[in-house]
Amino acid sequence: MSSAAADVQHTDDHHGPAKGWRRWLYATNHKDIGTMYLVFSLVMFLVGGLMALVIRSELMTPGLQFVHPEFFNQMTTMHALIMVFGAVMPAFVGLANWMIPMMIGAPDMALPRMNNWSFWILPVAFSLLLSTLLMQGGAPASGWTMYPPLVLQTGDAFPFLIFSVHLMGVSSIMGAINVIVTILNLRTPDMTLLKMPMFVWTWLITAYLLIAVMPVLAGAVTMLLTDQFFGTSFFLAAGGGDPVMFQHIFWFFGHPEVYIMILPAFGVVSEIIPTFARKPLFGHDSMVYAASSIAFLSFIVWAHHMFTVGMPLTGQLFFMFATMLIAVPTGVKVFNWTATMWRGAMTFETPMLFSLAFLFLFTIGGFSGLMLAVVPSDIQYHDSYFVVAHFHYVLVPGSIFAIMAAVYYWLPKWTGHMYNEALGKLHFWLSTIFVNVTFFPMHFLGLAGMPRRIPDYSTQFADFNVIASIGAIGFGLSQLLFVYVVVQCARRTGAEASSEVWDSPKGLEWTVPSPAPYHTFNEPPTVADGRAFS
Amino acid sequence: MIRKLSLGVFGLLAATGAGAEWALNMPRGVTELSAETYELHMMVFYWCCAIAAVVFGAMIYSLIRHRKSAGANPAKFSHSMTAEVIWTVIPIIILLVMAVPAAETLIRLEDSRKPDLTIVVTAYQWKWHYEYQGQDLSFYSTLSRTSGDARRKGSGIDPFTVDNYLLDVDRPLVVPQGAKVRLLLTSSDVVHSWWVPDFAIKKDAIPGFVNETWFRPQETGVFRGQCAELCGMDHGYMPIVVEVVEQGAFQAWLAGEKEDAARFAAAN
Repeated sequence: MSSAAADVQHTDDHHGPAKGWRRWLYATNHKDIGTMYLVFSLVMFLVGGLMALVIRSELMTPGLQFVHPEFFNQMTTMHALIMVFGAVMPAFVGLANWMIPMMIGAPDMALPRMNNWSFWILPVAFSLLLSTLLMQGGAPASGWTMYPPLVLQTGDAFPFLIFSVHLMGVSSIMGAINVIVTILNLRTPDMTLLKMPMFVWTWLITAYLLIAVMPVLAGAVTMLLTDQFFGTSFFLAAGGGDPVMFQHIFWFFGHPEVYIMILPAFGVVSEIIPTFARKPLFGHDSMVYAASSIAFLSFIVWAHHMFTVGMPLTGQLFFMFATMLIAVPTGVKVFNWTATMWRGAMTFETPMLFSLAFLFLFTIGGFSGLMLAVVPSDIQYHDSYFVVAHFHYVLVPGSIFAIMAAVYYWLPKWTGHMYNEALGKLHFWLSTIFVNVTFFPMHFLGLAGMPRRIPDYSTQFADFNVIASIGAIGFGLSQLLFVYVVVQCARRTGAEASSEVWDSPKGLEWTVPSPAPYHTFNEPPTVADGRAFS
Repeated sequence: MIRKLSLGVFGLLAATGAGAEWALNMPRGVTELSAETYELHMMVFYWCCAIAAVVFGAMIYSLIRHRKSAGANPAKFSHSMTAEVIWTVIPIIILLVMAVPAAETLIRLEDSRKPDLTIVVTAYQWKWHYEYQGQDLSFYSTLSRTSGDARRKGSGIDPFTVDNYLLDVDRPLVVPQGAKVRLLLTSSDVVHSWWVPDFAIKKDAIPGFVNETWFRPQETGVFRGQCAELCGMDHGYMPIVVEVVEQGAFQAWLAGEKEDAARFAAAN
């Protein structure tokens, strides 16, 4: 590693990062862009979280206390749009930007200027989207799924919704192109594809999914736009169109989208568990094949979101079987992570705690997903709180916990200082307890017959709703602790971190100093000593 | 607290759950297919519990025994083709075991041939319209007055004092016990969905299209449901109430309704 170390010393410091706002507005450095994505996603997470608190406050008891039904629908719609497109996806892109070049021994992303645009489009897109809250008719209120004809009843916000979705899509597509080109072209020569770390693999697969489906969403929302303003009838039955066709097109995007949101999480957990179990990832190649199978299968299951729409029997049977099949490669991954833990020598620092909670709770989300796949019972679960429970389990203790695990894991590398471990653990325990208090009762509510997207409910649903609301408030407040820990670490208040930070972690990122220098791997490193991957 | 909770779990897991607080499970319902749906749901659930016991059991065991603080030395193994094959094949077999009854129930669900009664259901923002096909009887069904008054923001009326709050209508759908009732669903505006948990049916009402579903209620009683597709402002305020009555009572009701309708038409 000596040539890499010497090169790290060699960065032309007399250029260094630009000073002031220019450093950020004109950023082409993958570390700076990664930081911006992560800060942006944290802010969006808090904004989306506030909306969730409005929702849960109203739902705490029967009767309408705080908001009108129209505004409640705006909150549920915006909460989802912000969390999906503003919090989860940008966070994973931020992690990709920071870590992929370092993990493959590359000096930066392949297309640094496009990288800049990928990021800066997002604040514009979300300003547009959030500004609709102040418009005549309010923000979009038809659900993040934007089904017509209902979405065409949106007021002035409608074109802004479409435009901001387009902008977010462009950002994601450009980011995905960058990831693919970087991974395929800039790996250090010793690093063959199967030697890549799992985080890089899962991002390679995710990037292909993004390129495949974001244009489909763009097509769908453009058709909404033309139906509204240019006299087309893609989705209007009176003109010969079909509202259900929108659902097909949307979910053809939507299902791979949820795998886009979980595959990088799988990658993160595959990095963290081996480090803290002090044991190599079990079945590395198998994990690659499993992730690829999941990605492939994700294209042929979309209509499981539409089982009540009036689909022919054959269609229902096909989508039921294909959806059940996804449980197989997903199970393989869960077993491989468990086998990684097995006969390791585990310690439980905060990144490991979040990864273990991911393992348990994402698996629970997987079980409710399997139940949802079975059509006759799905007839009862569909559009009820059972679905809300399912997707929050896979997204919150799934994606979000993986993001937090990654942040705790790599923060010392980014800042050069340890975060406060005691507060990190406290954040972990509070989050884990409250996430379960919030979302577990929702399984019962759905089974008992409570539909989703309603601002008020019949009194027999009251008990579990008050529990869920208390959990939500607790979970929301706990995230302030996370903000505090991250900010304190960024201010370099903790102990200094070594380049390895943890106990002999594998991966090229641990061969550079902490904080990682502004430019790393100006010369490609060798990976001969096997330290490149877990 | 834990004891109370687990007693509650065991007690209520078996309960029908409809209308009960702290309901933990789906209702068994009052049709043959709702019972089949319930059994299928429980079967998949039990499989999930079994798999969870094994997988979480292994994880918890590992968390306790394989920790550095307990003096564990990390092993070096990193792969096993045998393990991969086993834990791919066994889940596939389990899925096949689940898929067979699931497919059978689904095929039965979709068989709407030879109905005894057909009702055309049209969804509106925000109420339902029912037309008894061939009977010259149709009416709207909207949220009841008591619920409608209480639901307003700051109404000052405690929902707990309202009977069947948000689940009550002015004119319920009435159907005869034991009859195969076919529903033809459509919408006049946006997508809605007709859902009654006790019948285990839910079908979208889509403008410009006609969807079909059916149920054969085996018991008399009043069964309640709600719209299950976001349809705008009052999506939560367009419930469904179905009264299942004995055959004789149904004929009497039908005659009475048609007489009322005729008298109303004559007077206007």
